[in-house]
Amino acid sequence: MMQSTFPFLSLAIWCPIAFGLFILAFGRDKNPALVRSMALIGAIVSFLVTLPLLQQFDKAAHGMQFVEKTLWIERFNINYFLGVDGISLWFVLLTAFITVIVVIAGWEVIEKRVAQYMGAFLILSGLMIGVFCAIDGLLFYVFFEATLIPMFIIIGVWGGANRVYAAMKFFLYTLLGSLLTLVAILYLYVQSGSFEILTWHKLPLPLNVQILIFFAFLMAFAVKVPMWPVHTWLPDAHVEAPTGGSVVLAAIMLKLGAYGFLRFSLPIVPDASHALSGFIITLSLIAVIYIGLVALIQADMKKLVAYSSIAHMGFVTLGFFMFNDMAVQGGIVQMISHGFVSGAMFLCIGVLYDRMHSRQIADYGGVVNTMPRFAAFFVLFSLANCGLPATSGFVGEFMVILGAVQYNFWIGLLAATALIFGAAYSLWLVKRVVFGNVGNQNVAQLQDLNRREFFMLGLLAIVVIAMGVYPAPFTDVMQTSVADLLEHVAVSKAN
Amino acid sequence: MDNMNLVPAYPELFLVIAIFAILLIDMFLSDAKRHVTYVLTLISLAVCGTLSVSSFNDATVYTFNNMFVSDAMSSLLKIFSYIAVGVTIIYSRQYSTDRGMLGGGMLGGEFYILALFSLLGQMVMISGNNFLIIYLGLELMSLSLYALVALRRGHSVSTEAAMKYFVLGALASGFLLYGISMLYGATGSLDLTEVAKVTASGVVNKTVLVFGVVFIVAGLAFKLGAVPFHMWVPDVYQGAPTAVTLLLGGAPKLATFAICIRLLVEGLFPLALDWQQMLTILAVLSMAIGNITAIVQTNLKRMLAYSTIAHMGFMLLGLLSGVVGGNISSADQAYSSALFYAVTYVLTTLGTFGVIMLLARTGFEAETLDDFKGLNQRSPWFALVMLLLMFSLTGIPPTVGFYSKLAVLQAVLATGQVWLAVVSVLLSLVGAFYYLRVVKVMYFDEPVDTERIIASSDMRVTLSVNGLAILALGILPGPLMAVCATAMAKTLAG
Repeated sequence: MMQSTFPFLSLAIWCPIAFGLFILAFGRDKNPALVRSMALIGAIVSFLVTLPLLQQFDKAAHGMQFVEKTLWIERFNINYFLGVDGISLWFVLLTAFITVIVVIAGWEVIEKRVAQYMGAFLILSGLMIGVFCAIDGLLFYVFFEATLIPMFIIIGVWGGANRVYAAMKFFLYTLLGSLLTLVAILYLYVQSGSFEILTWHKLPLPLNVQILIFFAFLMAFAVKVPMWPVHTWLPDAHVEAPTGGSVVLAAIMLKLGAYGFLRFSLPIVPDASHALSGFIITLSLIAVIYIGLVALIQADMKKLVAYSSIAHMGFVTLGFFMFNDMAVQGGIVQMISHGFVSGAMFLCIGVLYDRMHSRQIADYGGVVNTMPRFAAFFVLFSLANCGLPATSGFVGEFMVILGAVQYNFWIGLLAATALIFGAAYSLWLVKRVVFGNVGNQNVAQLQDLNRREFFMLGLLAIVVIAMGVYPAPFTDVMQTSVADLLEHVAVSKAN
Repeated sequence: MDNMNLVPAYPELFLVIAIFAILLIDMFLSDAKRHVTYVLTLISLAVCGTLSVSSFNDATVYTFNNMFVSDAMSSLLKIFSYIAVGVTIIYSRQYSTDRGMLGGGMLGGEFYILALFSLLGQMVMISGNNFLIIYLGLELMSLSLYALVALRRGHSVSTEAAMKYFVLGALASGFLLYGISMLYGATGSLDLTEVAKVTASGVVNKTVLVFGVVFIVAGLAFKLGAVPFHMWVPDVYQGAPTAVTLLLGGAPKLATFAICIRLLVEGLFPLALDWQQMLTILAVLSMAIGNITAIVQTNLKRMLAYSTIAHMGFMLLGLLSGVVGGNISSADQAYSSALFYAVTYVLTTLGTFGVIMLLARTGFEAETLDDFKGLNQRSPWFALVMLLLMFSLTGIPPTVGFYSKLAVLQAVLATGQVWLAVVSVLLSLVGAFYYLRVVKVMYFDEPVDTERIIASSDMRVTLSVNGLAILALGILPGPLMAVCATAMAKTLAG
């Protein structure tokens, strides 16, 4: 592990935050066009500064890369300690990419307090990148918690009718989980004398302590993922959040939780992870099957996609607790793919909502007749959502199911069955919204996509197909890191 | 030994002289020239600050026959007390003028004089090394504050609050005095160093000592406002003019913290296991009652009063984590975490009441939650400041409140009391709800009150600096933590 000569990661974190603060300080709502352009420039620059990471990443190297380490809080020996490995690398890029999309998505749609809106998203982007880069436990926690503030404001200020309830529920639910994690983090510090995650990976702990720590971490990460039965905040938050908020929530924030499992739960308490894998697998299967069924009956499009997100994240956690290469890699690929696909789905719904101001499926029908280009995108993303081969959705789910069959045939079978539900709710949604005869007068007057919308959906469509056809760049990067992780997890730390 | 060494007491001596000078000058000032008193008060605080800063690095010095001590902790706490009083005076200038508390009728600049006298009392408490000196300081502070609460004589709610504060405060002083008398009877000395020696020797009947400790802890809990001795806090916070609420909710917490350290740690350390148990009960009850009761409050000042109770409970967690099964190796760590908590809490409180005073104007107190509705549209900057303050009180990074909670929780976990840590974080989750509600009304609701916010530039600048300090200390908490740790380590080393 070598100190990086150039602070790539700091740049990736602080660049969007600096732009966000600049916009908050100098952006005037009287001139929204200027604010929007500044935000777009900020988001694009912030994305560009993450590209060298991909280019200079050494796929064969073990451990963390682009490491930066400076003493931060002397008294507790806390370091400003950053680094990425094959597991976290793609999420840095994903976050920066999605932020660009979000800025474009909010272009004309957000009319009130534009500067605060754009500023909040840019700051949020930097904080989330910080979560993926931090390899000091406390630094991780600081970024992890700090993301709550902008998201709370985004849901509450620019959200729908029931936004206050949703914002409060979102905040309190996540805080409940993370406060217990804080206790676990401090406990690990007291035991090891260090806040470094890599030191904790080596810390021997008796099994009963491991189990308590596992549950403390589970509280935070399960709420964030979210896993059944602590998922109830997500449909509310998604439905009430503005389109951009839903995109960030689904595409990145949920991944913070899943990422936490890989960085904390599995390597720090491997014995507890093995001991409790049956429990997590059960919860994941319930999420995949039961939540899939719940998604089927939703009348609100956003709620449907929200529930489908929970089901898809169930695949991710399922993959992680199979403890084999295929499934864990599948889980990570699924996370990245879900970032693009669910983001795209929420953008599509946003496009419809901007025109009709309704998210009810019943208000639509036959959209293809008036919005053919939109319909093409919507069908593509829905198919990706149910895992059609040659889209990104297929790769991850298929790998997880293969891994699951390796682990236990019946679990594999159950997970595979769940794909049918995914296909059912996605296709039925498409059937009711897009196909058929023009449903009513409002649908008949719909305008097709404008250039801005076409551009952002097109960009996502290219990524979704590219990742489905040629997933190697994604999996190659993570191969070494996942193998190292599994090797580490296989060794008992209890004594 | 030079027993009448005056150097360690320079800040106090200077302040006494300054107070009398200001009192005299103020007599010859008309109401229109009251700002002269204001400026003089701030200048005296600045001079005191310089004196205390220059003595921060000096070794511990005892003087006046061991009655008075100047050490690193006392300098640090005094510096923050000056800041607290000075900032309060800046925030309250307009507020107090509007309410006739700075002249008009029979009043002159008493507000400033009484504030300085209460500060003097606090400084004596902070530096007292003798039961009687500490008690004298406490009474000087309390009597000045009673008068301050009653300063708006025509205002019935204030008068009622003053009455309550006086009666209960006198009761608390009585408790403390009773405890002191028992310890004096048992140990034969009023000198804290001497008391510590005698208790450590083990020749004294422990029952009497513990009995005395019970009363002392009860008296301290009254002053801190810890449950079940908290009844006065909500009424007084709500009833007192906001400027005075801040005077009694800010710096006095630091002084009370100091006498907790002096009496319990320096004087009665051998009995730590006994008073730690008492503090545990006080801490858990305070966090529970404070946080849960705050939820139902619609008056912001009353809500903040309950929040103070909860925060004092949290601070006590640091004080009760010093000794683990006879092992005192981590004691200074634990006490310095409590010190850090107290200091940062006071900084945050200053800001929150500052915003309340910012929104108040003649004939209008902005003290209900509704008055904060839509603040983001009226003044985005001060809404942001209030947002930072509220998240700091909740304990969300990157604000300083997170690190103070972190330090205290670390101390608690180092003692192995995991249950206590879990209970305290769950109760702070309850607390998150009512702080979030303030953010909610500011950001998510439409404004009801559309009056333009008028504030003098000194207030605007100070309030902005106050808010930014909460953020800056949250991004770089290291230096202040280190200063607290050094101060506590030096003080305990003697």
